[in-house]
Amino acid sequence: MKILLRARDSRWLAPAAVVGAVLLTLLLTAGPIRLAGANPLAAYERYLVTPLMSLTGLGDVLLASTPLIFTGLAVAIAFRVGYFNIGAEGQFLVGTVAATLPALYLSELPGLIALPLALGCGALGGAAWAFLPAWLKRHARIDEVVTTLLLNPVALLLVQGLLNGPWRNSETGFPDSDRFDAGYTLPALVDGSRVHWGLVIALLLVLAVGIVLAFTPLGLRLKAAGQSPDAARFSGIPVATLKWRCALASGAIAGLGGASQVLGVQHQLTASVSNGYGYTGVVVATLGALAAGGVLLVALLLGDIAVGAQNASIVLHVPTQMGTIVSSTLLLTVVAFLAARRYRLVLRRRPPRTQAPRPRAPQPQAPRPRSTQPRGPASTLGQER
Amino acid sequence: MSFTESRPDEVSEAPRALGVPLAELVGITKSFGALRANDSIDLAVAPGEVHALLGENGAGKSTLTRILFGLSQPDSGEILIDGRLTRIASPADARAAGIGMVTQEFSLVGTMTVTENLMLAGVGLGRISRAAARSRVLEAAARLGVTIDADAVVETLSVGERQRVEIVKALFHNCRLLILDEPTAVLVPQDVEILFDSIRRLRADGLGVIFISHKLHEVVAIADRVSILRRGRIVASLPAAGLSPRRIAALMVGAEAIIPDLAEPTEASSDPALDALSTSIGLASSDLPDAATDAPARSSGPVPAPAQTAPAQPAPAQPALRMSKLTLAGPARALLDEVSLTVRSGEIVGIAGVSGNGQTELVNVLCGVTATTSGTVHVGDADITERTVTERLAAGLGRLTEDRRGSVALSLSVAQNLVLEDLNRFRRGPFLDRRRIRAHVADLIERFDIRADPNDPIRSLSGGNMQKVLLARAIDRKPRALVASQPTRGLDVGSCEYVYSQLRALKRAGTGVLLISEDLDELLGLADRIVVIFSGRLIGEVPAHTASRQELGLLMTGHVANPVPPDERAGVTA
Amino acid sequence: MDFPLIAVLAATLTIATPLVWAGLGAIINERAGILNLGIEGTMYAGAFVGFLTASASGSATLGLLAAIIAGALAGSLMGLLTVTLGVNQHVAGIGTTLLLIGACDFSNRILFSAGSQAVTAKFDRLFAGTGFFAQYPMTYLAFLVAAPALWWVLRSSGFGLRLRAVGENPEAADAAGIPVAGTRYTALVLGGALMGTGGAFLTLSLLGSFTLDIVSGRGWICIALIIFGRWKVWPVVAGALLFGFADALQLQLAITPQFGAVPNELLIAFPYLVVIGALAIWGRGVRYPGAYLVPYRRA
Repeated sequence: MKILLRARDSRWLAPAAVVGAVLLTLLLTAGPIRLAGANPLAAYERYLVTPLMSLTGLGDVLLASTPLIFTGLAVAIAFRVGYFNIGAEGQFLVGTVAATLPALYLSELPGLIALPLALGCGALGGAAWAFLPAWLKRHARIDEVVTTLLLNPVALLLVQGLLNGPWRNSETGFPDSDRFDAGYTLPALVDGSRVHWGLVIALLLVLAVGIVLAFTPLGLRLKAAGQSPDAARFSGIPVATLKWRCALASGAIAGLGGASQVLGVQHQLTASVSNGYGYTGVVVATLGALAAGGVLLVALLLGDIAVGAQNASIVLHVPTQMGTIVSSTLLLTVVAFLAARRYRLVLRRRPPRTQAPRPRAPQPQAPRPRSTQPRGPASTLGQER
Repeated sequence: MSFTESRPDEVSEAPRALGVPLAELVGITKSFGALRANDSIDLAVAPGEVHALLGENGAGKSTLTRILFGLSQPDSGEILIDGRLTRIASPADARAAGIGMVTQEFSLVGTMTVTENLMLAGVGLGRISRAAARSRVLEAAARLGVTIDADAVVETLSVGERQRVEIVKALFHNCRLLILDEPTAVLVPQDVEILFDSIRRLRADGLGVIFISHKLHEVVAIADRVSILRRGRIVASLPAAGLSPRRIAALMVGAEAIIPDLAEPTEASSDPALDALSTSIGLASSDLPDAATDAPARSSGPVPAPAQTAPAQPAPAQPALRMSKLTLAGPARALLDEVSLTVRSGEIVGIAGVSGNGQTELVNVLCGVTATTSGTVHVGDADITERTVTERLAAGLGRLTEDRRGSVALSLSVAQNLVLEDLNRFRRGPFLDRRRIRAHVADLIERFDIRADPNDPIRSLSGGNMQKVLLARAIDRKPRALVASQPTRGLDVGSCEYVYSQLRALKRAGTGVLLISEDLDELLGLADRIVVIFSGRLIGEVPAHTASRQELGLLMTGHVANPVPPDERAGVTA
Repeated sequence: MDFPLIAVLAATLTIATPLVWAGLGAIINERAGILNLGIEGTMYAGAFVGFLTASASGSATLGLLAAIIAGALAGSLMGLLTVTLGVNQHVAGIGTTLLLIGACDFSNRILFSAGSQAVTAKFDRLFAGTGFFAQYPMTYLAFLVAAPALWWVLRSSGFGLRLRAVGENPEAADAAGIPVAGTRYTALVLGGALMGTGGAFLTLSLLGSFTLDIVSGRGWICIALIIFGRWKVWPVVAGALLFGFADALQLQLAITPQFGAVPNELLIAFPYLVVIGALAIWGRGVRYPGAYLVPYRRA
């Protein structure tokens, strides 16, 4: 039995692979759900359907998706240009810290000034946390994966240090900051709902990133730089500069996400403000195919699952960590199935001599003079090997 | 690493075992789809025989050797080793049968020492003994007549040295039949000499050698027997003695029908048919030893060489591309050594040279991929030495490099690649102007006859089509100067012709073209004058219409025949 | 001020131990050309499974064995993803880490309702009362057996030669008849087992219990050590000792009155910052294995 590279992707294969991955994920996660003493089908309904059936549930899904849109976008633009920022977690956390700064020390400001200030601080903070790895990458060629990863625990320690030290709650004495004044509250979109204007900012960012990626020269340059860096450099695209800027932008978006979370949901800084959103951002970006629209869809899906997981933990006593299991299993099965679709199994046959990816025509180097070929409109596509 | 002083004895008449051949291929057939790469091939190699395998690209040489080395399985046919039927399903089987192969792409681990590399095949999991392996390495090197530093890390060795390591590796594994696949293509002339000495020693040792080459004079110099492949079949298998390069060339391109008796030498120069033929494959009767059948990939039949252009008008046009004392320092020696050259508008200047003498570096420096150590480059009047790629393009530089797949963003579409360098021309406000891009791309696809849909991923294109995309992208900007490096390498006949016609059209339009090629026919056919690069220096120049192959050949090996004009003089070798 | 040097040095060895185990595993993986970002999760799984088995069976040895098996399984999952399927190694690694941490926390919640800090069977220190030499058996094993053994394997064994060839130039390895995929799987399974061992040290030797976030970035530290240790055994061990010393120092300072004003978190962050600094100093211009991050497909 041999595994061969498929000549060319068929149209139906990618969707089929995703469907297969989803089915496998359901199958794999059924075990632990049973272990927790629940009926898998009932649990899936809780995870996927129940949150969408009520207005409150929908609101909760949007609320849970908001930080994931930010971190997913942050990771997506970095990955797109080939900069593996796995530090969105740390950048998100520093974003919360930076947004808390004015809220604690300039607490009297009116919302019109306070909110932009705090959001800007959050973005700056995230970018600042992304600065060191990006600088080391650019000037010392030190792998960004390791440095961004290492700064995540450091960022968490920074938050904890502040909360245990100078920012300890002055009333309760708990390691949470004081509650922010009214000026530093991202208002709810609809009265009575917890969904806040952070979602609007996230959606605007999705729109902006989507437009840049799809419709501007920069988007095309980013794609070329990420997928064919050498060719991009040859064509005059400043790959290192683009990576540098995307790294900082990525940090800024993650930081903005942190600010939105702390100003819109928590209204005070707490040590558990992130809840792994940065790492989940990698899942969101990858499953969203590093595209803005994809990030939005996957963030909504994972938000749905997260709310469902809360729900299931209360009703079915399935621990909330099931949400993480489902989303990470989904990530692994999807990338695995998408990778697997490029291969086909051949039973008991020697592989033909394969050359570099050679679409469609199975025989190599068929010598035929091209000038004599008929060239109708129908033949322009697909007659070349 | 160095080589021993002692030259092997002249062993031109090697002992020929008259008995069982070392290896015998019987009726080997291999098809890829409709293409018969090998068509019932019979071939035998005797111990102590250097058997040359000749043929154009695509004639089936590499398919045959891959089968013999177990990298590919024949559809039918048998392999006999020492007269016994042997199944060779993998390189390990081949090694066990005493077959070794050295290809142009070495399979050595750069970070390991020579000894470690040689131990790799067949190494178990447990303890290894370096000392024992080391002495066997030295033993094998001695058999080859070279000295080898068994503890040198491979990536510190030169190409020639690495090739020697590969051959020693084969001997290390007790190889008795050595396949050398175009071994001289990557070598400088001195290394070729060492290689030939080694081959003679192996022959004297009783090894069989299969020697694959395009270069007829090499074949005549080293082979005992010559087999010629054409379109998957052996069309002739002859003793090398007394064989003229011109006959071999005729056989390679398919003229055996008009040669009455292959085995007997004919008065070659009196045969008009053959003369015509020789011309058609780029052979002039005066320069047979250098017969340039190492032309670019031509998979089917004879290819008309580009017609000789008329001598350029002497009226000096504006300089389009001016290099002045370009120098690029390398780790050991200068990779480019004070290269000075001016290409004028409406002129094609060819650069000839054996591969690896600085051509790639020169192209990289001109294209803005590598920064020079010193010297300047001008396009027209603009000094582009320190400029970015984008600024170079704006100054009127066009580029066509040898690494085609490295010049296009493989994951992008044809259309995206066509506009990638001109994105600022196609914007409306901050956005890409898709309508104009569509129109522009459609226009280029039409004008340059690119056989692809604009939305096809460019990686799915054939070499010829990809080159058309690159040509279109470079030419559409109406460059003042075009750097074209190996523009037809690996292309089929039609695409070659197409590239030639485009280059000529550019010349007529007033572009200065710098044509870097290893194909003398291409240079002689297209260029107005030809300069020769050797070891990073330009060491000579000849007008194309008076250039002889022999003269160029001498220059390419570093012998300076005629002085360089003073303004172009650049570090002439003694 | 009386600085308890011996105590700090002894603690250095103890703290460095899990990093040595997991770092050796990461060396094996990366020498074969695979970046295993599953390391954090694999250590976590080793810690949890070791703890679980030990507390269920009452035997620390059985716990260690289970941790080794869990690590090996995590390694084969990485193998399936990166070797067989050729998935992007960053994504596969992060996904594996998320999955393993999620699964362990999930099981933890089901098996031990929140808050219950079960104390498990654990290994005792050898040579108790001898100060510096009072170390856990797994510390002795790490420094005196595992590290020298891997050093020898990489240098003087056929397996080491194969590993290096596969990570540096898989085409050449393949041509020499070395099974590329098989060697990489072996590397991932062995490496995973070592990472699991490193994780198990935390629960079975150091703490005797399992807490959430018990690994807290030690896996990432290992990945950094590998880089500035240039994929060599002794420099990586030295890097682990550097981290260990920085951590031991901050633990000591935390209980030193003169440093009472320094926030504890800053001290805890100190060893991470030391590693980033070391990376910035010694991580410049390192040469990665030739086939790092690149899946191998026969042409």
